[in-house]
Amino acid sequence: MSTLALNLRGRPAGRPGALGLGVSTLWLSLIVLLPLAAVVARSTEGGLDAFWSAVSSRQAVSALRFTLLVSLAATVVNAVTGTLIAWVLVRDQFRGKRIVGALIDLPFALPTIVAGLTLLALYGPTSPVGIDVAFTQFAVLLALLFVTLPFVIRAVQPVLIELDREMEEAALSLGANARTVFLRVILPNLVPAILSGAALAFARAVGEFGSIVLISGNIPFETQVASMFIFKQIESDNPIGAAAISVVLMLLSLLVLVGIRGLGRWGARHDR
Amino acid sequence: MTVDRRWRIALRAIGLTYLALLLLIPIGLVFYRTFEHGVMAVYDSVTTPAAISAFSLTLTVTAIAVPLNTVFGVLCALALARGRFRGKGVLNAIIDLPFAISPVVVGLALILVFGRGGWLGDLPFQVIFSVPGIVLATIFISVPFVVREVTPVLAEVGDEQEQAAATLGANRWQAFWRITLPSIRWGVAYGVVLSVARCIGEFGAVSVVSGKISGDTETLTLLVEKRFQNFDLAGAYAASALLALIALATLLAMTTINPRRDDA
Repeated sequence: MSTLALNLRGRPAGRPGALGLGVSTLWLSLIVLLPLAAVVARSTEGGLDAFWSAVSSRQAVSALRFTLLVSLAATVVNAVTGTLIAWVLVRDQFRGKRIVGALIDLPFALPTIVAGLTLLALYGPTSPVGIDVAFTQFAVLLALLFVTLPFVIRAVQPVLIELDREMEEAALSLGANARTVFLRVILPNLVPAILSGAALAFARAVGEFGSIVLISGNIPFETQVASMFIFKQIESDNPIGAAAISVVLMLLSLLVLVGIRGLGRWGARHDR
Repeated sequence: MTVDRRWRIALRAIGLTYLALLLLIPIGLVFYRTFEHGVMAVYDSVTTPAAISAFSLTLTVTAIAVPLNTVFGVLCALALARGRFRGKGVLNAIIDLPFAISPVVVGLALILVFGRGGWLGDLPFQVIFSVPGIVLATIFISVPFVVREVTPVLAEVGDEQEQAAATLGANRWQAFWRITLPSIRWGVAYGVVLSVARCIGEFGAVSVVSGKISGDTETLTLLVEKRFQNFDLAGAYAASALLALIALATLLAMTTINPRRDDA
């Protein structure tokens, strides 16, 4: 196809020329890049000392550390349950499977503030079953589990559908039990997909705000996540300090993303 | 049979229990709590002047953000799928940025550009704590959807038909409307559905730049938060139920469009 395209390259119809590319680049620059550049550039407006004292304050460090830990916890839990649910959705047969499959995307479609409110209805002070975890670290974890649920499932599902079942049957006929088949045959094939889903989930969790607002109680040194801390800094008219924390938050999220992708690439090489 | 039956049933039970505890029971409970006191109470609660104004602001903002992101999204997707140019990887990364950045940081970024003392702080009209700020925040967070849905479709359909149209004398515009657009229409539709859901549901970024003035700069999601903070739990549930219904409609649209995309 590409050679054909090369041969016919006289007049590329429907192909955006320099104009289309220029217009879309300009659009992205104005909407996305300019504001983000402002965050990075203005975070050091008060000098490097001010930047450092903003990000190294005890409350900021505590919020950043809690954000990282709780996001990692949510990512790990959903990597495991997500793989399990993807397996159930692909390999198992039961009534209502299609409805369950469609509902997986609900956390993407449901507004985050509503997500927080629904969790609070069941696991908050007015809980009909008497479980009240509102304003605890566990509540933050719960909110993050909710909003990051679809990522691993949606990443693993297509790989599992494509997976060649003959390999599994071969392993079984050679005397492997179900556990061995899963650990030695199925799982290694899924690892890249699990990692890429987990990376997306982690990036989402680190920045999450809406679902946490109502349920966390925003208790400093305890349930305050970085995004809430930034929000409070903006509210108390300290946008430059807020920008400093934002830069650190973006860097941390970038670092883990790159790390997880690297791990996936290493795994893929290791496979061959 | 790759895994024996007991395992299969155990895994199914664990998976479905997890989904029930995390998704279904909480959402079912909110619907139950909403309609506990009858439909009329809900109707009254979502037709107060503040609620109507919030709903219409949410729809207005969505009606501005989604068409803009659709047009520029298709342009970007064409550039990414068809063009060969340096910096393609960078363009790709920039499109994904809104997925990776906290909504609060998005709001802060707009304040640092358009707020008091910002780079563009002295425009003749107000951006922050006003509708333009809400619109900009909403556009920012919904940038990736259409591009991400359309780019793979464009790559898949290839450009042979466009080439054929060109050799038969069609100009670019004709080729786009008659060949390219019809072949990507379900991808565009899917991207639009995702964008609409995201725009209607956005909370964090909007919350930072809106100023939350009731009847003026308060969107539906902000109304949910305010009612909850003011201990109007029934009102918060009613507005939430409305948003949850929109989310369910989104899921329905997604499951309707998805198989058609595969046929195309």
